[in-house]
Amino acid sequence: MADPTTNRPLDPVRPTLSRFRRMRPTTGKSGQFGIAFWLPLAWLVLISFTAIFAPWIGIQDPDSLDFINLQTPPNDAHLLGTDHLGRDVLARVIYGARVSLVVGFCAPVVGMLLGLPIGMIAGYFGGRIDGFIVGAIDTFLAVPGLVLLLLFSLIFGGSLLVVTVSLGLLFIPIFSRISRAATLSFKSSEFILAARTIGANDFNILVRELLPNVVLPVLAFGLVAVAGAIVVEGALSFLGLSVPAPHPSWGGMIAGGREHLEESPHISIFPAIVMFLTVLSFNLVGDTLRSRFADVREAAI
Amino acid sequence: MRYVLKRVRRLVVVIFAVTLFTFLLVNVLPGDVAYDIAGQDASEEEVQAIRADLGLDRPVMVRYVEWLGDFVQGDWGRSFRTDEPVVEAILSRFPVSLELMLVAQVFALILAVPFGIIAAYRAGRTTDRAIATAGFMSLSIPSFMAAILLILIVSLNLGWLPTSEYEPLSEGLWANLRAFILPALAIAMAEWVILMRVLRADMIGVLQQDYISLARAKGLPVWHVILRHALKPASFSMITVLGLQIGNLVGGSIIIESIFALPGVGRLLINAIYARDFIVVQGVVVFIAFAYVMVNFIVDLLYAVLDPRIRTERADG
Repeated sequence: MADPTTNRPLDPVRPTLSRFRRMRPTTGKSGQFGIAFWLPLAWLVLISFTAIFAPWIGIQDPDSLDFINLQTPPNDAHLLGTDHLGRDVLARVIYGARVSLVVGFCAPVVGMLLGLPIGMIAGYFGGRIDGFIVGAIDTFLAVPGLVLLLLFSLIFGGSLLVVTVSLGLLFIPIFSRISRAATLSFKSSEFILAARTIGANDFNILVRELLPNVVLPVLAFGLVAVAGAIVVEGALSFLGLSVPAPHPSWGGMIAGGREHLEESPHISIFPAIVMFLTVLSFNLVGDTLRSRFADVREAAI
Repeated sequence: MRYVLKRVRRLVVVIFAVTLFTFLLVNVLPGDVAYDIAGQDASEEEVQAIRADLGLDRPVMVRYVEWLGDFVQGDWGRSFRTDEPVVEAILSRFPVSLELMLVAQVFALILAVPFGIIAAYRAGRTTDRAIATAGFMSLSIPSFMAAILLILIVSLNLGWLPTSEYEPLSEGLWANLRAFILPALAIAMAEWVILMRVLRADMIGVLQQDYISLARAKGLPVWHVILRHALKPASFSMITVLGLQIGNLVGGSIIIESIFALPGVGRLLINAIYARDFIVVQGVVVFIAFAYVMVNFIVDLLYAVLDPRIRTERADG
């Protein structure tokens, strides 16, 4: 017996993706993504593109000071105006996107790489191992995330690496919870039993049978996590505890314009708008994908 | 009873682990406290003297046990910048943080309850979707950004609430409260959405019950039915979430306190971090973790009191 489309032998042990297709829930009409998906996606592509190619798209140097044009409102030479040191706000917003996007993408990846195996092991083996892992996560959650981040920044200093890794650590609990819940929901399925019957060991079952099923809900949560990471990085750089000062970052720019809110609100407002749109876009795109691909999350938290 | 004991045991383990973790992090990792106290141009001898003075030359675990002993007895050390005892520093600022959180929760409720009810009543219609969209956008505004926007719009452009200094309660209730309005609103901007969603979901379920149809059939007006018959059973989950959110507010209020210059625990922490005042940081972190765990513990217990099913179910799990 062979699968007619791929001509490969049908593998009864791995009906992985098809399980999810059946679970797909309700939102949206027959698989169409609406404007609430494409518009934010377009914004994210635009932001990512300008951030990656920032040095080559003809914007000004984000660090060059212009003492003749301090705090000028938006004009032809400076599309979004200049800040209190005469630096071009547009250029700084674009270069600031680099920090937000790097932290935004890398921190959830760190959390996922560590949280996914932890959650799968807890869910799969159950018993004492599960009890220990759940207890450890509870303890970890006893300190509010931001407090922990402040503690890390105090001890290790503020740098892109420290912020990314410590924020990534904060994502371990949520990712391990999601993957634990997903593992639990698949653990007693027939295809696991079948794999065990043909002699697969625990490692094989975890990696080859469970992982493809668990990874979907985890990835679906990923984009929402990116939004969260960008917000927290923004908060840290707002407090001056993320990347060091002259380096542009959205939070830092919003904080820098605080002193001049009354006479030149544009210094704070433009980075705030860009950050808001970016966070909103990640939330919208992430939410659409999540409701499309996974609702195991609610099952066992 | 078994349930309570189980929770208490867990509480003790968690708090113990938090103190150990915080102590190790502050004491073992790079950036020796002694160098910070001595300042940049201190000689090696001076640093060694400070280290011996603080007992930093002894093994970490010995120091931890000693510290924990003092800690339990209420001696949390002194700030080496201001020489203020840490316990007093925290306790004198705690009421400010508490007030900020309470006012924020009140604002969140004032927004969440009407919108939650309307969204549930018009579930699936345009009004419901408009509220959901507004909530989604509101959630995407980080609290520090909300704070800046509120200052810009409410105090600078409209001139309604000039950014004011914090006044203690003894200066009069209004003088005291007005300093909390904008900061609490900045926090409530994200909180209300979560409460609203929970209320809406439960309310939709309650509105489908037979007794609601009966009340309507008797000819009672819609708003009477919703407010007198449906609201109470529908707000059960929302109140639980309200309690659990207090924990999250602790983190969120740190930034807000420092933006609005409110002398709360969060601002104490931020300033201690800027000043690299390790002893204060250590005390505040343990205090916050303790408060956070206690709140969750109490909410959990209250929940069990309200809903007897949990007592038996969770005692086994």
